[in-house]
Formats: sequence, structure tokens, C-alpha cells
Amino acid sequence: MTVHSTSPQFKQNAARALNDHQLQKALGNVKQGFIDKRQMAADKLPEFEALRDAARDIKNHTLEHLDLYLESYEEKVKASGGHVHFARDAAEAREIILGICRETNAKTVTKGKSMISEEIGINHHLEANGITPVETDLGEYIIQLRNELPSHIIAPAVHLNATQVEEDFRRVHTHLDAKRDLSEPVQLLTEARAVLRERFLAADVGVTGANFLVAETGTSIIVTNEGNGDLTQILPKTHIVLASIEKLVPTLEDVSQLLRVLARSATGQEMSVYTTFSTGPRRSTDADGPENYHVVLIDNGRSSMLGTAFEEMLRCIRCGACMNHCPVYHAVGGHAYGWVYPGPMGAVLTPSLIGVDKAGHLPNASTFCGRCESVCPVRIPLPKLMRHWREREFERHLTPATVRSGLQLWGFFAKRPGLYRFATRAAMGALSFAGRQRGRFTWLPMAKGWTKYRDFPAPQGETFQQRWKRERSGRAA
Amino acid sequence: MSARDDIFANIRRSLGVNGTEKIRHQIVADRLERSPKGVIPKRGQVSGEERIALFKTMVETSLATVTEVSSAAEVPQSIALFLRNHNLPATLRMGDDPRLNAMPWSDTALEIAHGPSEGRDLNAVSHAFGGIAESGTLAMVSSADNPSTLNFLPDNHIIVVSAKDIAGDYESVWNRVRFAYGKGSMPRTVNWITGPSRSGDIEQTLLLGAHGPRRLHVVVVRD
Repeated sequence: MTVHSTSPQFKQNAARALNDHQLQKALGNVKQGFIDKRQMAADKLPEFEALRDAARDIKNHTLEHLDLYLESYEEKVKASGGHVHFARDAAEAREIILGICRETNAKTVTKGKSMISEEIGINHHLEANGITPVETDLGEYIIQLRNELPSHIIAPAVHLNATQVEEDFRRVHTHLDAKRDLSEPVQLLTEARAVLRERFLAADVGVTGANFLVAETGTSIIVTNEGNGDLTQILPKTHIVLASIEKLVPTLEDVSQLLRVLARSATGQEMSVYTTFSTGPRRSTDADGPENYHVVLIDNGRSSMLGTAFEEMLRCIRCGACMNHCPVYHAVGGHAYGWVYPGPMGAVLTPSLIGVDKAGHLPNASTFCGRCESVCPVRIPLPKLMRHWREREFERHLTPATVRSGLQLWGFFAKRPGLYRFATRAAMGALSFAGRQRGRFTWLPMAKGWTKYRDFPAPQGETFQQRWKRERSGRAA
Repeated sequence: MSARDDIFANIRRSLGVNGTEKIRHQIVADRLERSPKGVIPKRGQVSGEERIALFKTMVETSLATVTEVSSAAEVPQSIALFLRNHNLPATLRMGDDPRLNAMPWSDTALEIAHGPSEGRDLNAVSHAFGGIAESGTLAMVSSADNPSTLNFLPDNHIIVVSAKDIAGDYESVWNRVRFAYGKGSMPRTVNWITGPSRSGDIEQTLLLGAHGPRRLHVVVVRD
């Protein structure tokens, strides 16, 4: 498989994240920024909910006819002078990209932000073969300097504070005056702009991802706010587009529907600053642009998700709204998830791509509060899909023994309603009596993990079923 | 089996199809041919003055600036004034757009350079293919007339757009692109530009001028 995963150690990762003060400070920015902005953008557009339905339907339609739209797309790219390559998995994709870079004797490769490039681990592979990859999205550049994975799919360095970025810049940009002032974020941005401008102008190959591919025209689309993806693709001689096969949509009209929900869901913008539609290499009528245009279409597990319960996950347009609204993500950040895709979408996608045996903790890292589904622009039922993974994990006996015996114990009572009522009445009565003075417990047998972080309120003496019965009869009277 | 064939075989196996079903081919061909419009927001469905007013408001919402001139002949003076007001040097790079070439640049003191940018230009002007009122977006098409590098490398980018080319929605612009380039064909690059370059990657603080232009100025030409 692809890049190394620490998903099996999710619990340890999460515990470490909760005690990381820098991280906790940085995560405060997620809670404040994204949620309000998305809501405001949605409120300003009366058709937003209808557009979400349309977006869902377009992706469903495309997935049902994916083979045919891929054929049409491939034909159109070739007709416009581009090359299409197919990669079954990450290793094949890496070899194709390396091959193209070697053909052009590339020394440096600039990169636009691309999650699939993280998934296939291309940077490491290029470096191992003597080619220097340079991430150009500001956030990606910062985490490349730190040798980290992105902690968020649209804000890769959201786990960092400005002081940490300053330290990294001072460590790496040693050609600059050591006494320069970098105390303001804008100074960091200006420095990165100047350093990366030289990299853009010197690059031999530019690698971008694709937010969408259009079957009608053979067009690849990138969406950025910085403009780095564009400088990556128009300046070097060769442009390589990396895209997983589910990025396809039928027409320009269809992609316009999706673009209307993408930026609003992601950053709360009406439209991202740069939406770029690229079709083939430089034409005879062009004065600039790449001479070679390659598209690498990557499967890496997607085709096997079609026709299963997880097909719905292939609608994802990577806006990040699910993680922006996730209380678990807010608490532990993206790195705890241990692989490329964090948050609710990662909790569903990661087990599909690297196996539920390795990523089984992720679908369990959810309170099922449902906020992710309520904001997903393509209406992916993320909690339902996480539940599917939990079921599979249980069926395959991957769930820890304590959880399994706990569930069995609960199942024993749940299947015997009389006994269940008796046991809960007895337990609630006992707890109510024991906690009558303080009204809460700071310690409970077998619940240490819970009471370590918060108190357990003492029950009032009545069970839920008793109260339900009482209120129902009260209403009927 | 090649990777390509393998992937197609796997997709078809998963979907439970063999790829030769007439009805599926018909559905796909029909969608590509008709390219049905989806939900078009009412916001942009206005015409005349109202549409231009909406466009200007949305351009400003995207943190760009906008001005209006009553004829193409006034564009050079207007741009010279913009540069002067921002204490910018009186230099300007442009492509070979005949609409820009026809303007009286010699009426100004601007030092004009032609052709794509090599990354050292402070100011550039491009002519838009169209504008989109719905979001204050400029639609640029690549060619020697308006090289793509001018959209991204200069610090200050000025875009001239004809009032008559401002559409309500994206779909109307696609119709014009199809009319100009043929159904199913595209210019090498279409850039939608909505405001100046920015980044929120450091502590989610919005900063302008990440890698592209720090300033975007739009000149609407009434004609």
C-alpha cells in the first residue's frame, strides 16, 4: 500500500493530541472560522439546498455510468493533444509519474495541492530517484518543510501556529537575513511567495491534482485561492494531472453545479479565487502554457467500492466541511487519524483504501451526532457508512474482546425485556441512592476511562422506560 | 491485461454491466449532447443595469476593485490613474488582444510591454472573455491575445471586460465558449478569476497576495 499509516494507533494518537497544547490552540481556529462562514454562504443562496441535491444526483449518475464517461473523457483528452495513463494502484502511478519526469530530464517538480498525490506518496518516490518535489500551496509547503502529512484536506497546516511556521522558515531559509522580522503572518506569506516564485520559474514539470474531470471536453479542473496551482501548471514544459477515477462529471453544466456548492461548503466563499479549466497542451495560438499535458487516472481501490454500500463515498468532492463540523476532529485534529484523509470522510474512506483491519478505530471515532452528514454538499450519509464499518469490524472479529463481551452482556439483557427493566431499575435506584448527596460521581467501577475526564451525573432514580411510560400515560389522560 | 483494461473490467464488474448496453450508451450520449442545465440561482437572472450593478457588487465582495468607463478609448487613462493612485510604476504588460491594441495607450505616459510574463512584471492588463454577475467572476480564455501568465505572475492585475459580455450565470458563458470553440472543444485554458490571490493557511487568517496578484482591478467598458 501507499504512504505509511498510523491509523492502528488511533487511540494513542488521540491521547497525545489531547495533551498537545500547540495543537489544541491551533484547533481553536477550525471551530471559529469554518462553521460560521459556511453557514453565511449557505444562507445567502436560497437555492443552496436544491444545489446540494443536484450535486448528489450528478455524482450518482456519473458513478453509475463511470466506464462510459471515462471512455469519453479519454478520447477527448487525446483529441486535444494530451496523454492519458491508467494506474491500478499507487505503485503504478508513481512509476508513470517518474517515467514522465525522466523523459523530460526533470530536476525539480513543482506541485499544486493534491490529496491523491499524498495518497500515492509521490514526493518520497521522486526524492528517492533524485528529483526534487516542491509543494507550492502555502500550507503544503509548510508541512513539507516539517516532513508531515496534511492534517486537513483543504487547510493542510491548520494544526500549526504562526510561531511554529516562523521556526521552520528560519531553519530552512538560511540564505535570508537571520535578523529579519517574521512576527506577522503576512511576513511569513511574503517570504514564502518570494522563495517559491523562484521555484516556479525553475521547475521542469508541474504536478497538480484535479477537483473535477469533464467527460464532454476532456478538461481537468483545479480550484485554488492562492494561484499556486496555476503557476505550477502554466510555467513548466510539462503538466501532469493526477486524478482518481471518481473525479469525473459529464458536462461543463454539471461541473458548474458542483462548483456552486464546493467553495461555499469549504471556505464559505461564493467562489474560490481561481477555478481553472485545462484542456490539453499549449496550442499554436498560445504564447505560454505547457508543451506536454499528461493525465494519470488512478484507481487505487475505487473501482471495488462501486456497487457496494461505500459507493456513496465516491461522491465526495473533498470540501472538508465534514471535518470542520466534527467534534472529534475538533478535539484531536487530523494527524490522529493516522493516514491521508482525516475526519468523518477519512473515517469512511480510509478503511476502504487501507483495510478495516488497520483503520477500524476510525469509524469508531464518532459520536454519530450527524453534523457531518447535515453539511455534506453531496449528502453522503457518513454516520450510516461508519456504522457499516463497525458492523464489518464486528463480523470479522476485529473488535476488542472487552467491547465484544460488553456488547454480548448488553445483548443478553436487551433480548429479555423483563430482566432488562428489572436490572436497569435496580441499577438506577442504587446509583441514585449512592449519589444522592453530591448529585454526581467522580469515580465509578468499570467506568474509570469516562470519569477520569468528567463527572458522571447521578441518576434521578427513574429509568428512561419508566419516565416514557409515565409521560405517555399522562399525555393520554 | 493492461492497467486500463483491468480498471475498466473492475468498474464494470462492480457495476454489474459489460459496457455494451445500448440504453446506457444512449443515456450518456444524450447527456453529453444536451448538457442539461441544473439549478440556476435566481440571483444572476437579472438584465441590463441591474446585472451590471450586481456584477460590480460581487466583484467588490471578492475584494477586487472595479471602475466603469463609457468607452474603450477611456481605458488607458483609467488604468494610468489606477496605477498612480496606488503609487505603482507606470509600466504595463499586455498580450496581443486587438481590443486592447486599438486603445489609445500613447495618450498616457505608460510604458507598455507585450507578450507573456516571465515573472518580473509588476502590472499587467488582460481582456476578459466575459464576466459572471452571480459571483463577480471574470472568465479568461488563453491565447497569445491574453497569455495565461498575465493572470498570475504580476503583482497587480487589471482586467478589462465589456459590459455586453457580462452574463448572469456560468452556463451563459459556457454557451458562448461553445459558440466560439465548437461543442465539446475548449481553449487550452479557461480561468475563472474571483478576486485577488489569497491564503488562509497560517492560523486561518485571510492574507491577500499569496502567489498570484495582490491586487485585482476590473474595468467595465460601456459600449
